Order: sequence, then structure tokens, then C-alpha cells
Amino acid sequence: MSLTHTSPTRKLKDKSAYIIAGAAFVIAIIPLISILWTVIVKGAKDFDTYFLFHSMRNVAESDSFGGAYHAILGTLEQVGIAALITIPLSLMVGIYLVEYGRGRLSQAVTFFVDVMMGLPSIVAGLFILSVWILGAGFQASGFAASLALTILMLPVAVRSTEEMLKLVSPALREASYALGVPKWRTITKVVLPTALPGIVTGMMLGIARIMGETAPVLLLVGVTQSINGNPFSEPQGSLPLFVFNESQNSLQTAVDRGWAAALTLIILIMLLNLIARLIAWWKAPAASR
Amino acid sequence: MSNERLSPVADADEVEVRDPRSGLTAKAGLGDRLFGGSARGAAVFILILMAAIAAFLIYQAAEAIGKDQVNFVTSFTWDPDGNSTPNGQPEFGIAAIAWGTLVTSVIGVLLGAPVAIGVALFITQYLPRKIGSVFGYIVDLLAAVPSVVYGLWGLLVLDQHMSGVSKIIEDVLGWIPLFKTDGTYGSSMFTAGVVLAIMILPIIAAIAREIYKQTPREQIEAAYALGATRWEMIRLAVLPYGRSGVTSAIILGFGRALGETIAVAMVLTQVPGLVTRILQPGGNTIAANIAVQFGDAFTTGRQALIASGLVLFLMTLIVNYAARVVVRRAGKAGS
Amino acid sequence: MAKRIDVSGLSAYYGSVRAIEDISLTVEPRTVTAFIGPSGCGKSTVLRTLNRMHEVIPGTRVEGKVLLDDVDLYGPGIDPVAVRRTVGMVFQRPNPFPTMSIYENVAAGLRLNGVRGKSDLDGVVEHSLRGANLWNEVKDRLNKPGMGLSGGQQQRLCIARAIAVSPEVLLMDEPCSALDPISTLAIEDLIAQLKSEYTIVIVTHNMQQAARVSDRTAFFNIAGTGEPGKLIEIDETPRIFANPSQRATEDYITGRFG
Repeated sequence: MSLTHTSPTRKLKDKSAYIIAGAAFVIAIIPLISILWTVIVKGAKDFDTYFLFHSMRNVAESDSFGGAYHAILGTLEQVGIAALITIPLSLMVGIYLVEYGRGRLSQAVTFFVDVMMGLPSIVAGLFILSVWILGAGFQASGFAASLALTILMLPVAVRSTEEMLKLVSPALREASYALGVPKWRTITKVVLPTALPGIVTGMMLGIARIMGETAPVLLLVGVTQSINGNPFSEPQGSLPLFVFNESQNSLQTAVDRGWAAALTLIILIMLLNLIARLIAWWKAPAASR
Repeated sequence: MSNERLSPVADADEVEVRDPRSGLTAKAGLGDRLFGGSARGAAVFILILMAAIAAFLIYQAAEAIGKDQVNFVTSFTWDPDGNSTPNGQPEFGIAAIAWGTLVTSVIGVLLGAPVAIGVALFITQYLPRKIGSVFGYIVDLLAAVPSVVYGLWGLLVLDQHMSGVSKIIEDVLGWIPLFKTDGTYGSSMFTAGVVLAIMILPIIAAIAREIYKQTPREQIEAAYALGATRWEMIRLAVLPYGRSGVTSAIILGFGRALGETIAVAMVLTQVPGLVTRILQPGGNTIAANIAVQFGDAFTTGRQALIASGLVLFLMTLIVNYAARVVVRRAGKAGS
Repeated sequence: MAKRIDVSGLSAYYGSVRAIEDISLTVEPRTVTAFIGPSGCGKSTVLRTLNRMHEVIPGTRVEGKVLLDDVDLYGPGIDPVAVRRTVGMVFQRPNPFPTMSIYENVAAGLRLNGVRGKSDLDGVVEHSLRGANLWNEVKDRLNKPGMGLSGGQQQRLCIARAIAVSPEVLLMDEPCSALDPISTLAIEDLIAQLKSEYTIVIVTHNMQQAARVSDRTAFFNIAGTGEPGKLIEIDETPRIFANPSQRATEDYITGRFG
């Protein structure tokens, strides 16, 4: 019996599997490199402080100037409001599920959070459209977009809060109860501070996710080229929507602005991701670094 | 009582300690009731929110379908505001756009899932652990790219390359009606499918990676001890271990593809009616149809779009449920 | 079948940590050799170097020679895949492939080696299961999952799977430590039968088991935590247990440490 020989077919299959798996990785990376490269190269053309701090008011699509300020402002406000609503709400829901939740109600909430997790973002936009605009009769506004973004961020935020709270050792809670500390103070003073870095990371990843959402915003935010700092009345700009609108125009000047806006959006999202990961890494126990 | 002894508690002196003789102090009891109550309230709010949303959606959709002059399920037309119908009455149906949704998503999964599995195997089985986690992070970056940027890139960069690829596919497989064209290529359901494949790849790859990484050592060693090559070990131990989890990840990816809106809307040239040729310009999906038609839609038009959104929601709901069933079945069989 | 193993100057490393140092020993064909010693003494590592399983863990390395008859398993041109096919292994915890039936588990190794014909497979599967004293218990449910068997049956299934590819040597890494006494007895009986065809090396924590099943016994020990494991002595089993030449061996066997 040979100790040097494995059949050539088997060796060939083994080698091929390795090559195919490696090729899959390369194939997956090509679009990433292409996207980042194109966005940086084409976006850099118009990307400057003028672009960041001027709006499209009184700018024709054929003009080579104009900027995304109205859109950036709108997106920051819409995402900010969505985060302000989502963070306390998802914290309380997460606390309910982990610390209080027993029986039917918690099962139902878990189920619906799952349902919301798989919800297409355009459907979230339609929800708010039917309730807020067609139902309650409000006009398109930044706030309407915030509501849709809230629906999209909620399940992500609840799930990550839940996961992080579950990681807190029961011994810590028991130690606190044993000292006679009431449950709510145990949660706010012991459990939450321990889980906080993980929760912050989860929230920031949630914010990064909704910042790039276009579809629901498209239905709710209205159309404007001007700066509108008030999210509660009148249409408001949105950065991802600005990318979409400029891309729908065949003029090169518009497309250039679209790339610059895409670059701005990617920078914002990558920054949020980076900060989230840094917090996670910085607060992680030294052993797991 | 010293602060050190209370060290797990952030600021210990603020905490009221119960007097063992008097039982619960009124203050702590109230605090607990308020806090517990608001946590419960937040949970109930989620349920009310979902119920309200569903009610409003169904109401708006029902109103639109009530006015529909053709069969909503089977009709290929989409003219809810009656712009070009003979008597100005709404005529719209879900069939053509539902077909387009399924076709693009199936293309996305067929192309994306194998690559994602290859990536996950490469990272977990072939690379050293540290390099693997860095490479995994790089693939994760794909998931951070917003869909509007995928759309922009798909429209202005990818689509040019897709024309050449489409032509080759037509030359080889043109005898199948699906792959025939009128001589023009790109902005097609195929291009949209490729964009979807790239978008769902990081989702499937991330889940598959986590699962493959957990393949029990005993299974891996059992395969090697029989004289398996690395690939044979993967086939004997890693793939069977990950099968149900990865299947469920693929189904979740399919659900994501079904609902993807803006990237598809940007890449696809929308044409009315049923499109069966996937390589030439044209096609439509439920989500892209909503994004594109919304701007010009009047009341009935918006309600009709909501009705189509409800169908999309049901489709994703079924798909996500299927993913869960796959995992649950495997869990039962394993125990 | 059945070959002689000659180990000389063998050291094995996990990263920069040396797990075993300068091991030399001989295992005769058609005998059972037991490796005993306290936890962490490197006996399992030595076993795993005999079929090049040691290097499955990333960052590991081996120095020295392991001759199978006259071929050095670590020599140039040797294929570890072929080595593992020739030197079979049974593990501490029974590890049948969970998604496969009993039949598929036994046939797995054969299929790797290109045996396809149904009648060929059927014959070997039956022969191996008989060889592992399992045939009568499972012949009516060959298509049921291997995981459905009891722990002891699963371990015999793993032995059947290992002998199905007709190896020269069978390595067993504490094969009974996860089993109840009755299943242990069944495996020990099986080892006594298999010895007529195979060279067997068994690692065990159980000294009675070593005394019962083995012809020769090797005792390993470590000088302290972090120190590499060394071979203290190897001799006929009755002599190791009755009259060992080293003090450490006697201390270990009489239960003074370990």
C-alpha cells in the first residue's frame, strides 16, 4: 500500500475546490473595489466645501455648481429624529423582553420584531404614507420620513439591545438584589451600564443602516431643491434621494453631483460604522482583542 | 456600609436600601411599578403600531382593489389612475411586476448564493484565523454600501459590462426563449439580478461564515482520520453541518432581494406588461414600480401602489417564515 | 496487513510550545500497545503524530521519524492523506457523521477511495460491521441515522468505519472514556479480536484497561506544567504493572500521583 499516493482525481478535486473558493472571494471583492474606486474617483470631481455647504436652490441641472447642503441637512435631521425616537423605545422594549418578558406578550413582541426585521424598506415607507399622509392628512415632510426610518431601525435596535442585555451575567443582578436594590435601579444602575458599549455599537450600526435608505424617504419627504431646516413642515431634502434624483438626469453635470453626493453618503456611513466598531473593540474585554 | 462593598452599583449612596422590618418601601415599589410599566408599555406600543399599520395598509389597498376594473391578481397592466384606459377607469394588476420581482430575485440568489458559500468556505476553511477575520470584515463592507450607491454603480458602471456578457449568453443559450433578445442588451432583469446578487452576497456569506466556523472539531477529525483531503473533509463534515443554517441564510437573502427597491429601480428600464426576455432592456418589480410610479400617482394610484406593497409584504413574510421553518426542522431532527 | 511502527527522536510542537520531546519506541505488528500517563503528558499527541493528525491543527509541527515498516511517515513525498488512510483512528467521543445513515457512515471512507459498486460496498459494510461486533444489532436498520445508536454502539460504528478502509494500524484515543462499563467491556473484547489483524495503539486513562487489553505498555510523564512530555519507559504490560524499572512508573501505577 502506498503512502505517497492519493489518486490524481481526488487531488485535482481538492485543488479545484481551493481555487474555486479563492476565486469566489475575488469575485466578491471586485464589485466592492469597483464601487469604492468609482465613487471616490468620480465623486472627488465635485466634492469640496462649496458642494457640502450650498444647496440646489436656483441651480439648473445643467449648471456645473450647486451642492448637497439641503440634502445633507435633511438626512441628518431625519436620521437624528428617527434615532431620538428609536433609542429610548427600543431600549425599553429590549429591557422588557429580557428583564420582564414572560408569556404571551413577550412572544408576540418577539414575533413582530422578527416580522419587522424582514420588512422591505419600501413597505415601511408605504405604511407611513397610508397612516400619516393618506390617513391623517399630513403633508410630506422630513418628519414623515423619520417615522418610516424609525420602523426600519426599531427591530435592529431592539434585537441588539436584547442580545447585549442577555450577555450580562445573572450573578451581577443577583448580587444587586441581595443588597436590597430594587429591580428598576438594578437595571438602570447595574445591568444597563454593563451592557452599554454593546448597545451603543448596535444603535450606531442601526443608524448607519437607515442613513442610506432611499425608498421610504422617496415616498414621504416631498420634492425640494432648497434648504429647509424644519423637518415638521414643507418638503425636505435627503442625501440618498439626491443621489437618486441626480442619476435620473442624463446631463453630465447632474451625474457628477450624484457621484459627489454618493461619496458624501458613503463617507458618513463608513464613519458611523468605524466609530461603532471602535467602541465595540475598545470596550471589549482585553482577552478577546 | 462602604462604597466598595456595593461596587457593582454605580453610585451606591443614591440607592435606597430596604428596611427589613417594614418590607417594601413605598418609594422603591413605585419606582419599580413605573419602570416596569413603561417597559411593558413600550412592548405593547410595538404591537399597536404593527396592528395600526396593517389596518391602514389593508384599508387603503382594499379601497384601490375595489375600484379596479380588471383582476388584480392576474392582470398585466398597471394604470390605476386610468390615464390611458378607454373610460378613464383604473386598471391594474400585480401579475407582471410580481413575475419581474421573482425573476430578478431568483437570478440574484442563483448567482449570489454559490459565491457567498465559496467566500464563507474560503475564509473559514482555507485561511488562517486572523487573516480570515480581516477578509471577512472586507466582505462585510459590501453590506454597508447603501443601495442607492449600488444603483448608481449598477447603472453607470456595471451595465456597460453586462451588455457583453449578455451577448455571450444569448449566443450560447439563445435557443431558449428566456435568453433571446431583440439585439439590445443591458438595463435588463439580468443586470438587476446581478446587482441583487452582489447586494445579498454579504448577508449570506456572513451567516454561512458563522455557521461553518462552528463545525465540531470531532466531525472534522473524523473525516481527516478516514484519509479525506481537505475538500473531502469539507464535503463530509462542514457542508452537512451547515446545510440547514445556510439554506435558511439563502432564503433570507432571497427575501432581501424581493424587497430591494432603489437599486433595481435605477438599473432596470421599466416597460409595461409582462417581460419574459431577461437579457434585453425592460422588466419591472413590485418595489421598483412603487418607487418610479409614486411621483406621478394620484389618490387611486397611490392606493394601488399600497396594494402592490401589501403583496410584496406577504411575499417576504412567507419567505422569512420558510427560512425559520428550515432551521427549526433541522433543530428538531438534530436533537 | 498490520505493520510495525518505529518512532525515533520524535518531538511535536503547538506553535512555539513543545508538547513532546525526543520520543523513541517500537510497536510490534499484531499487538496492542497502551499509552498511559497523567493528563497533559503528551500521550495523545504522540498518538496523533502516528497518522499525521497532529498537523490538522494550524501552527503545529513535528520533528523526528516515524517509520511504518521501513517508510518514514514524515519523509519527503509522503502524502498525509494516504498516511491517514493507512493508519486509522478512533476518537475519545464517538463521532459518526450526524447526517449519514449507519450504512453511509461505514461506507464513507470507501467512497472517498473510489469504491462505487453497490455489491462491493454492501460486502465491505457487512464485513466491517461484523468485525466491529455491531452487525447483529444494526442489520435491520442500516438506513437509520448513526446518531440514533447508543454511545457504545456509536463507538463500535466508528471502529467499523475505521476498519472499512482496511488500514494497517488502528489508533485509539481513549475510546472508552465516554462510555458506560458494559459498552466499555464490549469495546475491550473487540480490541482483543482486532489484534489478530491489526497493529493497535490505545491511549487510556484507565490502568485496569491497559492491563486487560494490552501486550505492551508505554508510560509517559511531564516534569512540570509547560514542560514537554517524555517517554519514561515501555515494556511488556505484566512487567510494567508488576515490576517497573522506573520509580515514576511505579508511583503512577500505585496511585501516588496522576
